[in-house]
Amino acid sequence: MAEKKMVSLTIEGRPVTVPDGTSILEAAKVAGILIPHYCYHPGLPVAGVCRMCLVEVEKAPKLAASCATSVAEGQVVHVHSERALEARKGVLEFLLINHPLDCPICDQSGECELQDYTYQEGRADSRYRDPKRFNPVEDFGGDVLYVPNRCILCTRCVRFMDDVAHETVLNVSERGDRALIGKFEGKDLTHPWSGNVVDLCPVGALLSKDFLNKARAWELDRVASICPSCSQGCNITIETRDSQVARLKPRPNEDVNKFFMCDYGRLNYRWMNRTDRAELPLVRTEGVLRSIDWDVAIHAAASLLHDARTFVLASPMLSNEALHLLSRIMQRNGGAGAFRVATGEEAPLAGVEDLALRRDRAANVNGAQMFGFQRSERPLESMRDGDVLVIADDDLTGIGADELARASQVIVIGTTLPDAASGASVLLPIANFSEEEGTFTNLRGRVQRFMQARPAPGLARPSWLVLGDLLGALGEQDSFYLPSDVFARIASSYPAFSGLSYESLGMRGLPVLDSETAGAAR
Amino acid sequence: MGFPHPSHPRETPLLTRHFGEPEARTLDGWKKRGGYQALEKALAMKPAEIVDIVKESGLRGRGGAGFPTGLKWSFMKPGDGKPHYLCCNADESEPGTFKDREVMRWTPHGLVEGCAIGAYAIGAETTYIYIRGEFTEPLLRMDRAVREAYDAGILGANAMGTGKRIDIHVHKGAGAYICGEETALMESLEGRRGNPRIKPPFPAVSGVFGQPTTINNVETLAAVPEILMKGAAWYKAMSLSNPKSTGTKLYSVCGNIRRPGTYEVVMGFPFKDFLHEVCGGALDGRKLKAVIPGGASVPIQTMEEAEATLMDYEGFVAQGSMLGSGGVIVIDDAQSMVAVIARLARFFAHESCGQCTQCREGTAWTTKIVERIRDGYGTMEDLDTLVEIGENMTGTTICVLSDSCAVPVMSGIRKFRSEFESLIHGKRVHSVLSAVA
Amino acid sequence: MSNPLMGGVESPDLASHDATAHESAPHVPVFAGAVRKELDDLLTRYPTRMAALLPALWIVQRERGWVSEDSMAEVAGLLELTPAYVKGVVTFYTMYHQHPVGKYFIQVCTTSPCGVCGAEEVVKAFLRHTGAADLGLTSHDGRFTVIEVECLGACGFATPVMINEEFIESVTPEKVPGILKDLA
Repeated sequence: MAEKKMVSLTIEGRPVTVPDGTSILEAAKVAGILIPHYCYHPGLPVAGVCRMCLVEVEKAPKLAASCATSVAEGQVVHVHSERALEARKGVLEFLLINHPLDCPICDQSGECELQDYTYQEGRADSRYRDPKRFNPVEDFGGDVLYVPNRCILCTRCVRFMDDVAHETVLNVSERGDRALIGKFEGKDLTHPWSGNVVDLCPVGALLSKDFLNKARAWELDRVASICPSCSQGCNITIETRDSQVARLKPRPNEDVNKFFMCDYGRLNYRWMNRTDRAELPLVRTEGVLRSIDWDVAIHAAASLLHDARTFVLASPMLSNEALHLLSRIMQRNGGAGAFRVATGEEAPLAGVEDLALRRDRAANVNGAQMFGFQRSERPLESMRDGDVLVIADDDLTGIGADELARASQVIVIGTTLPDAASGASVLLPIANFSEEEGTFTNLRGRVQRFMQARPAPGLARPSWLVLGDLLGALGEQDSFYLPSDVFARIASSYPAFSGLSYESLGMRGLPVLDSETAGAAR
Repeated sequence: MGFPHPSHPRETPLLTRHFGEPEARTLDGWKKRGGYQALEKALAMKPAEIVDIVKESGLRGRGGAGFPTGLKWSFMKPGDGKPHYLCCNADESEPGTFKDREVMRWTPHGLVEGCAIGAYAIGAETTYIYIRGEFTEPLLRMDRAVREAYDAGILGANAMGTGKRIDIHVHKGAGAYICGEETALMESLEGRRGNPRIKPPFPAVSGVFGQPTTINNVETLAAVPEILMKGAAWYKAMSLSNPKSTGTKLYSVCGNIRRPGTYEVVMGFPFKDFLHEVCGGALDGRKLKAVIPGGASVPIQTMEEAEATLMDYEGFVAQGSMLGSGGVIVIDDAQSMVAVIARLARFFAHESCGQCTQCREGTAWTTKIVERIRDGYGTMEDLDTLVEIGENMTGTTICVLSDSCAVPVMSGIRKFRSEFESLIHGKRVHSVLSAVA
Repeated sequence: MSNPLMGGVESPDLASHDATAHESAPHVPVFAGAVRKELDDLLTRYPTRMAALLPALWIVQRERGWVSEDSMAEVAGLLELTPAYVKGVVTFYTMYHQHPVGKYFIQVCTTSPCGVCGAEEVVKAFLRHTGAADLGLTSHDGRFTVIEVECLGACGFATPVMINEEFIESVTPEKVPGILKDLA
């Protein structure tokens, strides 16, 4: 890589050195200064139209739009000088003259950049005395609703569809103060990534129909996570209200999903809130499944597994930690394991390299393979008659009770007890993805952490804890008090993971080292 | 000449001398008047020599900004392997300006010749003449002239038999003042909304279709053949004021004046004589009150300022305004300045592309306030608000349309404040509400 | 090198104006036969297909009298653009009619230079004599639509009026009835 020339400048009295060609706005970020802006977004081409990011550059006659002005050696930039503040105050006043100021009924309220910057730098009153512009709300199709009266014409949505999605569905229609975001009659925002325009909108002009009137932004708790809906591994935030998942939002990760997530992943969260869950450990006694305390249930499972060959039907939605522990249970007596994956159409985001809604609609297909599980459309085929079958979070859709009959015993470790497995001997209830923490390995071999967003129901426990206890009951030496302990064990056991730890993964993940199963991992 | 009036003795008709002669529109008629000799001469020269002559002549852009034409041409770097373009800005839309219209109506071949010389000088293979859509007759004249020039072998793959390729295409606009802004014109030419671009990059680096481009006004290009024939020194000598402003300038005069029309005088001509003598002064029984000397987007002059002005780039600035496009709007004492300014503000609000916040919202807000004052519903605070809005609209946007809207309002309030105040304190006029009542 | 975009100042082809075109009728392509050839010729003038958008829309308006959404979609297809993009462009420029207009589309310049010369009175005269109820509305007989237009660039000939492709200079309210009579 060619060395990029570095440029040194001063922003608000702070010296900063950045690569040549960096905008003043980005350089200011490096210096720890946020220059207010609307149309600029690091994931989109520069438009330079909102004029909110005006700053004063010494020796320049005019104020500079910091998003569209490159740094220069020795430049001295004032973000909060009187001139710059006056200009930005003017922009805010202009943006608000036709704005309905309907924050009390606006979904964006609380996470609105118009609110934030007005509070920070705007006028306390309005001098506008004339009638406000009105345009009716429009359904843009997909998950998107357009409220033109709140629109500030930053064109982020238009640029996203043009330059990132490569499908010009949105336009700026009309001109001057009549301008508004438009689309063509009959051509809706049906692109599989179009929901991103809602995130990109800095104000309440583009709203998610799914989230409409669901919660106020300040009522939501937010947790960093990984989208579980396909093998891409987009970084997301799970947002909950009263422990219910209310929406998923993309979380920036330059190496995986930039700033985006697809609509499929975004809207596929209701299962996380399911209430028909397995909440108590159950053990079959006298032909009936009865609830019993965890220790007894774990030991009951251990006794079934102790001397028998084990076959594991795993789920590619399980974490690396759970899959690792499962593989150790499976391998004790020369057993085997398999998993199946739901698939769908691949839907790439054209403007971003290697970003797509993947065919494999599960988060940890790569992990499942790395930990020794065979991918199969008919996963039970490789089970031997008489094996003890451990069903680990597969919901058995399309699998009948007769197929399980070849097993000598069935142990279910899952979030529900599927009908087909109603003859199981033991049920160990586990937390679902949103209720525990762990890591996934995406299709490029990147290991990424996800955090717990809500409590597990009843007595259900995190999968890594249940499986760790089970291993302990089987006489293995390990005790795991934290999921990071499990991961440390993975790192010491598998060359591909060596050197990785929860700490080093951080919240953006790292690729596995050198692994054949990791595909194109770098 | 003061078309449609006979030439005034104090005019210096170069570009305008064949206005009103239908024969000059034809190729034969144009040749009979010495046409295409300059092109022939140019094609025998090295491009750099032509650029040097134009530089030496002191010719500056006639579209409004007054940038030295030769210098602009020298920014083009022929032979860099890229396609190069020349755009002729014939999107003459500045209120008060109609000089380019006359050039195209009467001497279309003069413009074709100027374009061809310019294109050759900067190494542009293709020239687009972007003519506003409302100019149906200029479009027709230019189209015919271009066709004739192709048919005669003046244009095309083997221009005038020299083996050099010069292509010229006429492109029709579709109703947008802002497309007279050079980067908006290029956007429009590419088939986009006419939104001005952020500069840099400048057109000479990345212009139309992302390629090096030079963009010149009609009058600028039309002046080139004569300069080439008679020499830089001759052109440079034509100045009554200072050496920074040379040659002749076309002025389109309109509004409340006895003889509206297109005039051509040497740089530095006294504006007082121009208005009162050359253009005939005020209408009977009226008195001139104000002049907007360079199209709607330059500051309004009081008569005192106007009469002290020498007509050149520097002279208008010295008297509180700008030469601009040379569109002289004369306003007499029968007019309400507030009404005139309100109408100008409405024009800018209508024509704002709407990209930049200050312009999109500011032009419309300004219009609402000035119209409210005009109708008798204004307040004294409105005047302060107008000035502050104007300040916020100045120097803060991508192009200068926003500034242009603020200019007449701010200069109008400064220079004709009493008219605003008397409407605020006095009777309501032109009011829809009072008409209903 | 004829420019196909000229409606012809001398002989505007008004017969092709179809103000009654019904939107729900199936779209008959504009660009077929000679018109398609015209577009293909135009494309040779520009390095991109997109650049032919404004000229193509002019052809649509010449052929159909206005630019319907169906026509926008047709143009989009031919120029490898999306209908939404084309609509964004159409709505930017004021000269493309997005609705059918009267057989005679009358544009009166009322910007300040003409305004100070009495353009408002010319507008009123046109409204009065055409029977069009208001600016932008078409008269009941479908013949006239009158609009105010921003600066036509003929300020010295106040008030200039454009009727379809024809440009009439120095119009005063008194001349209006005669002008309308000549159209008949």
